[in-house]
Amino acid sequence: MYNPFSLKDKTIFITGASSGIGRAVAIECSKLGADVIISGRNPERLQETFDALEGHNNKQFLAELQNHEDVNSLIDQIPLLDGIVFCAGYTKTLPFQFINEDELNAIMRINFIAPTLIAQSLLKKKKIKNGASIVFISSISGMYISFYGNSMYSASKGAINGMVKGMALDLANKNIRVNTVTPGMIQSNIINTGIITEEQINADIKKYPLKRYGNPNEVAYAVIYLLSDATTWITGSNLLIDGGYTLT
Amino acid sequence: MEIKDFINHFADQFDETDKSEFNPETEFKTLDEWSSLIALSVIAMVDEEYSVKLKGEDIRNSNTISDLYNVIASK
Repeated sequence: MYNPFSLKDKTIFITGASSGIGRAVAIECSKLGADVIISGRNPERLQETFDALEGHNNKQFLAELQNHEDVNSLIDQIPLLDGIVFCAGYTKTLPFQFINEDELNAIMRINFIAPTLIAQSLLKKKKIKNGASIVFISSISGMYISFYGNSMYSASKGAINGMVKGMALDLANKNIRVNTVTPGMIQSNIINTGIITEEQINADIKKYPLKRYGNPNEVAYAVIYLLSDATTWITGSNLLIDGGYTLT
Repeated sequence: MEIKDFINHFADQFDETDKSEFNPETEFKTLDEWSSLIALSVIAMVDEEYSVKLKGEDIRNSNTISDLYNVIASK
């Protein structure tokens, strides 16, 4: 069947696959024919994702991405890749007056430095094929707008968007494409930390012209587009998926 | 933890409201300056000063400063 978005015969590595966007990306990639390698921190939830994958050549690695030993062992065991999707990340809501060095270091390390260094190590170890596609999950927060109490998260995502442009240039001679997707708020665990009340969430949802938050699958389809051979001439770009939020 | 100190810390999150407006019976959500950002600041202040992790619901369910103080004291 004709399908320019097929991921058949591609091997895709996905971080942060134990929940939310990462889980959806892993499952949808497997449904489009990819062999999927997933990493995450929570063994039970990672197993749940793994059990939901289609196909028989998938692998899972339990890994803390800021732990050098975990990362080195993962990189050594990983096969040659056609695609990488960096989904691992978190947010910490603190008004700017309350941010501190420890929190700032932690969020930059997990959201920005860890994926950056993993991509660099994989390249150095020749684990990324020429012609591969690398996708970072960024956010509208940092790239276009921010939210109250979200300056550190915005900084970490803004850093990704800046780096991706330079990375795309430096890897163009290998025909490796590097892009981000920048979602608006997605229904997933990242927002259920309790600091924001149900009422505030409902008020926020009203600001979206399409009148709802996104769901993880809707981000996954955008990622798949960027991983597929349909986008072999797209590099250094950001794909905005926000239900119209940044229009208003 | 003294309620007097708590009220001082609470009042510090505001810029325009006069300090004299704050007492244990102040219904803080009726203050003109009250906003979701100040709510976030109160949560962050309570974590920093008292090592107590408030939830948005705790603020929603409190009317007066003393209500909120009691929630913190009970955690």
